[in-house]
Amino acid sequence: MNYVIESLRQLMGLDPSKPGPEDRRPEVVTLMAEKRRDKLTREMLHAVEAGRAQAADRHKWRNRRWATLITVNLLFVVSYYLDVQLLEGAMTASRFVGFHLADLNSALQVMLAYQHLVLNLVIGTVTVFILWLLLGGRTFCSWACPYHLLAEWAEKLHLWLAKRKWARDIKFHRGGRTIFYLFFIILTLVSGYTLFETLSPTGILSRALIYGPGLALIWVLALLAFEVFVSRRAWCRYVCPIGVTYGLVGVLSPVRVQYRVQDCHHEGDCRAICLVPHVLDVTIRGRARAVTTDIGADCTRCGLCVDICPTNSLSFKVKGLDKVL
Amino acid sequence: MSPEQTKATSPRPALSPKRREQNRREFIRTSILGIGVLGATLAGLLPLAGQANARLRPPGAIKDRLQEQEFLAACIKCGQCVQVCPVEAIRLADLTDGVGVGTPFIQARDQACDFSCDGLQCVLACPTGALTHDINYPSQARMGLARLARPESCLAVRGQGFRGQARGADFSGLLRYEAVNRWLPIPVADHPYDLELCDLCLRQCPIEIRLAQCAAGTPPSGDANQCPPRSAIRLGAQAGGGALPLVLDGCVGCGVCEMICPVDPAAIVIDIDRVADAAQVG
Ligand code: SF4
Ligand code: SF4
Ligand code: SF4
Ligand code: SF4
Repeated sequence: MNYVIESLRQLMGLDPSKPGPEDRRPEVVTLMAEKRRDKLTREMLHAVEAGRAQAADRHKWRNRRWATLITVNLLFVVSYYLDVQLLEGAMTASRFVGFHLADLNSALQVMLAYQHLVLNLVIGTVTVFILWLLLGGRTFCSWACPYHLLAEWAEKLHLWLAKRKWARDIKFHRGGRTIFYLFFIILTLVSGYTLFETLSPTGILSRALIYGPGLALIWVLALLAFEVFVSRRAWCRYVCPIGVTYGLVGVLSPVRVQYRVQDCHHEGDCRAICLVPHVLDVTIRGRARAVTTDIGADCTRCGLCVDICPTNSLSFKVKGLDKVL
Repeated sequence: MSPEQTKATSPRPALSPKRREQNRREFIRTSILGIGVLGATLAGLLPLAGQANARLRPPGAIKDRLQEQEFLAACIKCGQCVQVCPVEAIRLADLTDGVGVGTPFIQARDQACDFSCDGLQCVLACPTGALTHDINYPSQARMGLARLARPESCLAVRGQGFRGQARGADFSGLLRYEAVNRWLPIPVADHPYDLELCDLCLRQCPIEIRLAQCAAGTPPSGDANQCPPRSAIRLGAQAGGGALPLVLDGCVGCGVCEMICPVDPAAIVIDIDRVADAAQVG
């Protein structure tokens, strides 16, 4: 229950709640006391991190994820070009070997704007809902969305420039995204047009890949430029309703990244690399309530933190699977 | 849970002036971002005013003619209709169409819908009913209505014949010629004509072709339901020689006549704001 409330809070843009002294489990209190006693020296810390930096699986999840994302997007392209009925359509709606799939956010817009329920669309929406429920909600963002990949590369460039003070990182209030979300819903309902689809870099990029480029790509480039020079990962962090829609699904999903406080150095590598760093606030010293904490639903399950964590304190897990097996 | 609640109700510590200033700035920044996003969103509606998005849509597109709101709302911008069309008549609109971005349209002069898929494949492919499943046969489509826009340049009106490739050697448009290949559409350029009097618009009209097949006792796919109820176009006699193409109420607005018309610009074009049984719409 706490997971759900905490996830919703974070999705809405509120700061993660801080535990008071009475919220911490006794085990955690003992653990933290031990940590204070056996201070890690800087050398020890560096040694762990250096070892980790050279580990062969340092980019394990990133590589798997990029491979998946590129495969999914190429499947669309290949299906069209070779005229095989594998994955027809685009990210917004498609057919996988004849079976309907519909992006939840696009389907939501069409339902709000058109105000009719068409059976095929309902089938596609329910299928995708179940699929992402099993796969982890915002997993869509980092494992399938074509914009995410470009934004990830733009982010690298941004960090490089920002280090040299050639780019800024203006922060906005994350609550803005919730307001945009409601605002897109209301505006779509009132106007009868699928307004967000015009802006959606996900739809634009997916169609451009499959059906050929167009002027709409200028909008995507403008968004990327904004993220490179003005504000890190701004679109996904502060605006995109697709992330919220899948985040809400992710509240119920059993696939999560789990944090174990035991070996954590609290040095913050994970928060520095994460697209939605607030979900990792629990890794700040003194924030953990229990020995293990599931990272909230705003997490895209990208695995960058899992890869980078020098102490293996973050790992993927499927809730309830350990009990089943 | 309970310590949480007691904590939530206890008064928050006052914010430092610095923190408050930071919050104020963040609020202003976020408001500016909000205005930007709102502006960009509403900008998508601008092309509607200039009707930049008024286009010939694929068969079955639900629309109240120019008032395309329902169609734009229902289309999920997936392009599945594009993928199934055997003559690749359907394209997707660009950002210049605003909220119409990603919606399908047909540029009839370049490539019309000749119904060579027989079964309205685009309609069947559409997941949202933006191309309504209420129509089953080509003759039920109401995409627009053909109109002899430039009678003075029409070869039939001038009493002239036509010989050669209808749209020149470089034209890449496709048509299905039943006599050549029952299944495969071929380039118009590969099918030259030699006509005493030009009648290309009705010769290639898919509705007229179907009517002729039905009259010969061989309806398309052997299905009598495929037979159009009415004629789409015929040549009327004209005082002083030549003939006048007359568009009839069986016309579905598929655009083949506009595509095949050998004069440039085409003498016959599709009006998207008119359809056969609703004649003139506001
Ligand atoms: S918490 Fe980890 S897995 Fe989740 S989005 Fe952040 S870096 Fe990715
Ligand atoms: S009816 Fe057939 S030929 Fe015409 S646009 Fe649709 S798929 Fe193409
Ligand atoms: S198949 Fe239907 S929903 Fe998809 S682009 Fe075509 S008209 Fe739109
Ligand atoms: S008259 Fe032209 S637009 Fe009308 S059905 Fe025939 S070919 Fe199509």
